[in-house]
Amino acid sequence: MLRKIDISTELSDVIIKIRGLSFSRGERKIFDNIDMDIERGKVTAIMGPSGTGKTTLLKLIGGQLKPDSGTIHVDGENVHQLSQSALYDLRQRTMGMLFQSGALLTDLTVFENVAFPLREHTSLPESAIHHLVLLKLEVVGLRGARYLMPAELSGGMARRVALARAIALDPEMIMFDEPFTGQDPISMGVLVKLIHDMNHALGMTSVVVSHDVDETASISDYIYVLSQGRVVEHGTPGNIKDSDSTWVQQFMGGLADGPVPFHFTARPLMEDMLEDGLRKKGARR
Amino acid sequence: MIAGWLQGIGHWVFNRFSRVGRGSLFLLQCLLSLSYMVKRPLLLVRQLYYVGVQTLLIILVAGLFVGMVLALQAYIVLVDFGAEESISLMVSLSILRELGPVFTGLLFAGRAGSALTAEIGLMKSTEQLSGMEMMAVNPMKYIIAPRFLAGFISVPLLTAIFMAVAIFGGFVVATEMLGLYEGVYWSQMQAKVDFYEDLMNGMIKSLVFGFVVVWIAVFEGYDCVPTSEGLGQATTRTVVHGSLAVLGLDFILTALMFSV
Repeated sequence: MLRKIDISTELSDVIIKIRGLSFSRGERKIFDNIDMDIERGKVTAIMGPSGTGKTTLLKLIGGQLKPDSGTIHVDGENVHQLSQSALYDLRQRTMGMLFQSGALLTDLTVFENVAFPLREHTSLPESAIHHLVLLKLEVVGLRGARYLMPAELSGGMARRVALARAIALDPEMIMFDEPFTGQDPISMGVLVKLIHDMNHALGMTSVVVSHDVDETASISDYIYVLSQGRVVEHGTPGNIKDSDSTWVQQFMGGLADGPVPFHFTARPLMEDMLEDGLRKKGARR
Repeated sequence: MIAGWLQGIGHWVFNRFSRVGRGSLFLLQCLLSLSYMVKRPLLLVRQLYYVGVQTLLIILVAGLFVGMVLALQAYIVLVDFGAEESISLMVSLSILRELGPVFTGLLFAGRAGSALTAEIGLMKSTEQLSGMEMMAVNPMKYIIAPRFLAGFISVPLLTAIFMAVAIFGGFVVATEMLGLYEGVYWSQMQAKVDFYEDLMNGMIKSLVFGFVVVWIAVFEGYDCVPTSEGLGQATTRTVVHGSLAVLGLDFILTALMFSV
């Protein structure tokens, strides 16, 4: 049984404040009146099974989608009431986003990709841009790959370049969309370390959307678990692991059967087999 | 049964109208973003190369052959009346008034239009457009506007080149193959072709075709369903709608320009 959780206590220094957020795609309700607070300078994870709208939530926070109702405040500003230029201003100042695919510009080299936001938003001289890009690439360990094209990179490397690009303008917060999906253990380890280090060294707020339970729990300070459009649990990783919700236990433990059944809703196996057998017989006649 | 049918029609009509609405708003945003080209002219130059220069070869070859075929056909008809000296007139008038702009529009839709749709659609499906938005760079300014303007500038220029090459193709066939005097070919043209009436009207057509084809191409890419199937459909739609728009508009423009 999923239960709605009210956040009554205001957290101290909140960078993202979500209240009463509802969003649907066609007939399907993705979010149903959810509340969420994301604290500044912390790593907050948003977890849940595939298709619960985790990526959609990031797009709502970034102002790329509009909610049906409810508000999202980022750094004190209501994202969906801003004019386009004010929204772009907020994105430039506060938000960086790491897409699942990396979203690198395919016609530019690694160096130019990282330089892209600097060229667009600053009027720094070429030498300063050159140094900055090298420093950002050094952080993700890909300084040596700066002349490669995105098509020549592995998935993990592309994500690291995208990370370098996302921190190019030193945003206050970075949103990671499924950073670990489809990564081999080494790349995954590298990404986990990078997210952790960046949070600790630069004090950057990180919002990590993921369903890789162990990796995400190992670096996050606070976790929200979403399912069927609701927040089913939230708390520190320790609290979540000790949750008394059987659903959360199934999700965190990766159990095949539980409140989320292994089988898609169907009639008993015998009934289906008998009916299919009869149908084939009829067809043969 | 009938209710379901009516619902289907209603749904279809509603979808068409919302698409027209989205397309118009898109065009408006695109036109408002054009001023960005003053700040970043290199983006435009790059697209002029991809959209315009790379279409040049197909335009040259097509133009040459169209001109040559026209000269041959004109000769076959005109020789019966002893009027083969008017070959150049038939070639140049049909090229300048109709075939130049129409052929260029069609070829542009097929060559550059489809490439634009596929490129923008792929950018959308690989989240490059989204990524740009999140980096606070408006893809309308950075991606769409330069491609739109490059297409709009290229089509009239390509049309002019098509016209010149086609008339030259006609000249080669008429003089080398059919034995017409060179002077006759050019003087007939000089005497009967009017700069404003024929050439300018053709160029106005090409401006309209360029505008519409490139609008369709960039909109289809931007509005496509970001899957491989959706991308394929959008590219097909660009070529089909673009070509039909060129042919339909050509009739309307001809009726407005040349009807007595």
